[in-house]
Amino acid sequence: MQGSRSARSAGPVVFWHRRIKISAWLEVRFAESRPRALAALTRQFRDVDLAEEAFADACVRALRAWSERGVPDNPLAWLLTTARNAGIDRLRKAGRALADGTEAESALYEDEMIERIDQDGLRDDVLRLLFICCHPSLNRKDQLALALKIVAGLSVTEIARAFLIKPRTMEQRLTRAKRTVAANPVPFETPDLLERGRRLNEVSLMIYILFNEGWSTSAAETQMRLPLCEEAIRLARLLLDLFPGMAEQMSLLALLLIQHSRREARMDAEGNLVPLDDQDRETWDWPMIEEAAVLMQKAARHIPPGPMQLQAAIAMEHGRARRRDETDWARIETLYAALAAQQPTPIVRLNHAAAVAETSGPGTALAMLEPLAGPLVSYRWYHAMRASLLADLDRPDEARAAYQAALDLDPTGPEAKVLRAKITECEENSARLSGNRM
Amino acid sequence: MNYSILIYGEDSAFDRLPEAEQQSVMRGHHALQEALAKRGLFATAKLMPSTSAVTINTIAEPGQDALVTDGPFAETKERFLGFYSAQFKDLEEAIHYASYLASPYARIEVRPIGWAGGVLAPEN
Repeated sequence: MQGSRSARSAGPVVFWHRRIKISAWLEVRFAESRPRALAALTRQFRDVDLAEEAFADACVRALRAWSERGVPDNPLAWLLTTARNAGIDRLRKAGRALADGTEAESALYEDEMIERIDQDGLRDDVLRLLFICCHPSLNRKDQLALALKIVAGLSVTEIARAFLIKPRTMEQRLTRAKRTVAANPVPFETPDLLERGRRLNEVSLMIYILFNEGWSTSAAETQMRLPLCEEAIRLARLLLDLFPGMAEQMSLLALLLIQHSRREARMDAEGNLVPLDDQDRETWDWPMIEEAAVLMQKAARHIPPGPMQLQAAIAMEHGRARRRDETDWARIETLYAALAAQQPTPIVRLNHAAAVAETSGPGTALAMLEPLAGPLVSYRWYHAMRASLLADLDRPDEARAAYQAALDLDPTGPEAKVLRAKITECEENSARLSGNRM
Repeated sequence: MNYSILIYGEDSAFDRLPEAEQQSVMRGHHALQEALAKRGLFATAKLMPSTSAVTINTIAEPGQDALVTDGPFAETKERFLGFYSAQFKDLEEAIHYASYLASPYARIEVRPIGWAGGVLAPEN
C-alpha cells in the first residue's frame, strides 16, 4: 500500500519541495521565528519599522534560497543574518548610520554568535519587544493591535477584522501608535530583576486582555475574533518558553487554556450564550484542560501563589468537574477569598460574593454586594448578579428592577436576550406570589 | 531488534498549519500506525508542549534532594515531540517505516533500543 514511498527517498529535506506546497510550511517557519528575530533586530536597529522591513526582506530571500538549496540547519540564524544585512543595506541607501555605531561588517553574524545571543540576550529582547507594545502612552486597544502587528506578525487587514474596524482606520492607528512608541523609547539595557518582573507582569496582563478581547459574546463575531484568543495563547506560550520558571506565566497560560477549552460549548447553534452550568462538558477540549492542570501543578510548586495562579486555580475548579454538581464551591470560595486579599478590587469582591452565594446562601452574598453598589453602579454584571440573588430570595420585584438596570447598561445582543428572559421570569414569579397572597 | 522512531520539531509549529497541511501530516501518522498494527506490537506517544515539562537535575550523591527546574532540560530550537517504538528486522526496514513520517515539520531520528520494558497506557 505504501510501496510508492521509497525508504531511500527520505534524504535531505530538499526533496520535499517537489511534493509539498512550500508556502504553508515556510509561513509557519517565518511565523515561529518572527518574535525572536524581530526582537533581536529591534535591538540592533533601535527601530521597530526597520526591523519589520528587514525581516520581511529576509523572508523573501529565504523563499528563493531555501527552495533552491534546502532549509539551513538553523533557520532563525539564517533569517537573522540575512535580515541584518538587509537592514544595513536599507540604512546605507537612506544615508543613515547604524544606531549603535557598529560597522556593517561586524553585523555579519556567524551561526555560533547567534547561538550565544540566543542563550543570553534573546529572552530579554523578546520581553522588551512585547513590553514596547505595552507602552503606557498607548491605550489598551492600540497596545494589543501593536503586539499583534509586530510580534505575532498579523496583517493590518487581519487585525482590523478582529477589532471590527476598517483596515484603513487600523493602519492609521498603528502608524500613530508606532510614532508614540518611537518618541519615548524603552531602554535597551538588560533589565534588572525588578524591572524584568515588572515587564513580565505588564506583558502578561496585556496577553490576558488580548484573550478576553477575542472572547466575544456573539456568534457572528466569534469567527472573526477567535484568532485573538489563539494569538494570546501563543504569546503566553512564548513567554513561558522564554521564562520557564515563572509561576505566574504558567498560570496565565493555564488560565487561557481552561477558558479556551470551552470555546465550542459556550454558545449554542442559535448563537445564544450557554452558561457554564448548562454547557455540554463532553464538548470541552479535555486535552487542553489536562495541559492546564499540569501547568498549575508546576505553578503550585512555587510559593506563594500570585493572583494569576489563584485565578487559574478558580477557573480549573470550574473546569475540572465533569458534572456541575461536582463543583467544589467551598474551595472556589477559599480561592476567591485569597485573591480578594491580594487584589481587593470591586470586581474580585463581586466574584467572591458569587462563590459565597453557593457556600452560604444568597442572603450572605447579597450583604457582601452592598458596599460595591457605588463603585460598580455602571457594571452590568453587578446588577445581573444582584438580581439573581434577589430572585433566589423570592424578591422578584426587586430582582426585576435589578435586571432592568443591567439591561439599561448596553449589554451585547445575546446577553440582552438572557436578561429579557429573566425579567419575564421575575414578572411571572411576582404575579404568582401575589396570587398566592390573595 | 527494537527501534525507536523519535520525532523532533518546533513545539507549536503544527498548530499553526492550515487544516489541509495538518491532515497531510496526520495521514503519515495514521498510515504508520495502521502498518505497525498489522505487524504486531508497537508503542507510540505524543508529548505535551515542552512548556509543561519540568527537569529533575543531577544530584551529587545518592539520597540528596534533586533540584527540580521548570521547562525541558535543554533549550533547543527543535524539541522532542513524540516517538514510536516497534520491532524491525534491520535498519533498512526501520528507515522505511520511519519515512512515513517525513514532512517539512519534523526531523525523524531512528535509533535502536538497547533495552525496553513496561507498557504505555492504552489509547485514551
